[in-house]
Amino acid sequence: MDTSQSAAEPLYFKRIPVITRSVKGPFRKFKTVVLWLGFAVYFMLPWLPWSRPDSPSQAVMFDIPGRRYMLFDMTVYPQDVFWLSLLLFISAMVLFFATVLVGRAFCGYFCFQTLWTDAFMWIEHFLQGERPARLRLLREPWSKPEKMLKLGGTRVLWFLLSLWTALTFVFYFGHAQTLLVNLVMGKAPAAAYITTIALTFSTFVAAGVLREHVCTFICPYGRFQGAMYEPATLSVHYDRKRGEGAAGRMSARTGLRTLAERKTLGHGDCIDCDFCVQVCPTGIDIRNGLQYKCISCGLCIDACNTIMDKMGFPRGLVRYDSETNLALAEPAPVHLQWKSLKVIGYGSFLVVMTGMLFYTMSHRATFEHSVQHVRQPLFVTLSDGRIRNLYQIRLTNISGREDNYSLAARGLPPGVLDLGNFDQVKVRTGKSVIVQASVTLDPGLAARYGEFEFLIRNGKGEEVADKARFFVKHEH
Amino acid sequence: MADTAHPNTTGHVWDENLQEFNNPLPAWWAYSFYATVVFAVVYWVFFPSWPIGKGFLPGINTVTYKNAEGQDESWHWNTRSKLLAEMQEAALAQKPYYDKLMGMPYEKIAKDPELNSFVLAAGKSVFSENCAACHQSGGQGKIGLAPNLTDDDWIYGGSDEKINETITRGRHGYMPPYAEALSAEQIDQLANYVLSLSGNQADAAKAAKGKDLFHAQTAACNYCHGDNAKGRADMGSANLTDKVWLWANVPDAADQAAKVAMVKKIISGGIDKGVMPAWDGRLKPEQIKLLTAYVRTLGGSGK
Repeated sequence: MDTSQSAAEPLYFKRIPVITRSVKGPFRKFKTVVLWLGFAVYFMLPWLPWSRPDSPSQAVMFDIPGRRYMLFDMTVYPQDVFWLSLLLFISAMVLFFATVLVGRAFCGYFCFQTLWTDAFMWIEHFLQGERPARLRLLREPWSKPEKMLKLGGTRVLWFLLSLWTALTFVFYFGHAQTLLVNLVMGKAPAAAYITTIALTFSTFVAAGVLREHVCTFICPYGRFQGAMYEPATLSVHYDRKRGEGAAGRMSARTGLRTLAERKTLGHGDCIDCDFCVQVCPTGIDIRNGLQYKCISCGLCIDACNTIMDKMGFPRGLVRYDSETNLALAEPAPVHLQWKSLKVIGYGSFLVVMTGMLFYTMSHRATFEHSVQHVRQPLFVTLSDGRIRNLYQIRLTNISGREDNYSLAARGLPPGVLDLGNFDQVKVRTGKSVIVQASVTLDPGLAARYGEFEFLIRNGKGEEVADKARFFVKHEH
Repeated sequence: MADTAHPNTTGHVWDENLQEFNNPLPAWWAYSFYATVVFAVVYWVFFPSWPIGKGFLPGINTVTYKNAEGQDESWHWNTRSKLLAEMQEAALAQKPYYDKLMGMPYEKIAKDPELNSFVLAAGKSVFSENCAACHQSGGQGKIGLAPNLTDDDWIYGGSDEKINETITRGRHGYMPPYAEALSAEQIDQLANYVLSLSGNQADAAKAAKGKDLFHAQTAACNYCHGDNAKGRADMGSANLTDKVWLWANVPDAADQAAKVAMVKKIISGGIDKGVMPAWDGRLKPEQIKLLTAYVRTLGGSGK
């Protein structure tokens, strides 16, 4: 960057509103498909019914008071927090892996800031028309009814979408139908209203007002992407050599309309139509090279290819390419550079961790169990001099159906274990029970049975053993 | 770099050339500040805020809870009322369990896994609040203070009804002092006999004489402790033949002389501190029932 220039510039730039022009092309199509899919899943999932024996019939529900997440046929409990850490780790790995290969693919195609901004821009376009019309409306005074109607209408639609986005988020935390009715009737919990208001506000502000500022000033990911980029990383690039030529870019005025004419005069293939700038959702010029504001959405590629087709020039003046390839005298055909330590490292972590997640999820025990020695008192002397120890066996049924558990002990003489009425204990799904067990031993015998095991067997015959100790005196 | 040649000023000029720089606050800062002002005004409307004379502006928010008479009582928002309201909310959440508990006989409670788990968990918290001061946190009691509830020795009977009665009406254990009625020698003989009853080491000759005293009119210990010295649950006299000690800390005594001395001290001085208060009126019937069931789980099989 030219430093002498920056000295003359003020420190503060007033924001220039980014009014994007619509564009057609494969990247736009891909983004639209992702948008529709993402919205369809997000907005419809809370309404998907799912039959369960003992809880609300909603496929996905985050039941905070019940301390469980219900995901289709699976119920996740707080003790499964390990899965969450695995999931977060995997998400991070996917992000890193994709970034090394194809740059900020997440930002450009999948990030919810991008998706919602895209949807908001679609509303804008739908009500106010194409870029020139929107620019004209922007310049006009608010006293004009057309501006009031169109810009006001846009904001009303934005607000409705924000509201429904917020409500949908809230629906995940309760039974959607009931919650919606309660929200309207004013009977929903305060947390639901506060969340709805906060999310409506933040969605409206982030996708309607702040837009690219979220990516450039708020989101940390845009800033630390540099650590992940390699020179071989594919990202959206302008082929400077081809576009500028020896004499720079030049509009396609008479005498410069064909490649041959341009070549003789030394001008590059870029006809300086500004289409790539006008479609950019972050308002940058890709021809200035790789920059932190670029979210890598590929719309400038679509824009440039449209123009190249119209001009009859070859496509790909703006394209996915790597810095190394562009630095060559004759850039080779683009291909993914996956043979690097970073890619293979991230990739193998990704595979291992994903495998681990699926393994632990499919091999989860159907019940949780623990045996605790009652410590107060550690032991008690009975009337006849025998010693008794108490144990609390805690069982949590997470199998999804009622189950019958049988309890026993191994390593004790017969008749010394007393389980009250609970040699067999029925536990409903999602419920916990505590069974108090007592073991009474002669002080003389006790030394031989210092350690033993509680055996817990579920209805299917799966058995676990929990170690326990027998105390006859305080050990120091 | 700021443009120092053409500074942004407020436009006022004093004394010919004195001007004031105009450095407005950043818009985001200013709007955030206005937002806090709006927040404060909304807060004043809902919550107690400004002091006015001896009182204050209470705000329109209220907290309602049931007072001791069972009537709804509303106050301006304050944390104390909020705590009461929240406690009552929590009690309401426990109510179904208490209702189930009250509607079930003790034998059935002990067979219902979920209700029994409630007894173990909620019982422990009620016990910790009300009983643990004497009986200790796990109900293990303390020799010389309060009976151990985790053993199988029940001074006043270990049936559900008896435990309930003990909690509801309280107990007062009393043993008269014998220091004046008996000679030191007789007390020594009795002490040796009492030790021998539970299989402790004792002077056989003294114990034999003690046994006679025990059953004779002189000491008449058998009136309360029974002919077999096993105590009587209806009056709360101790079973002297078992290994459980409440007042004399025989199990932890250093030597034989100390054991005898401890028992002698009880016989000469008597006991007048075995007092358990009546909990009827302090605890609700459902809490007493919960405690009864809980105490039963501590002691195991109640006889």
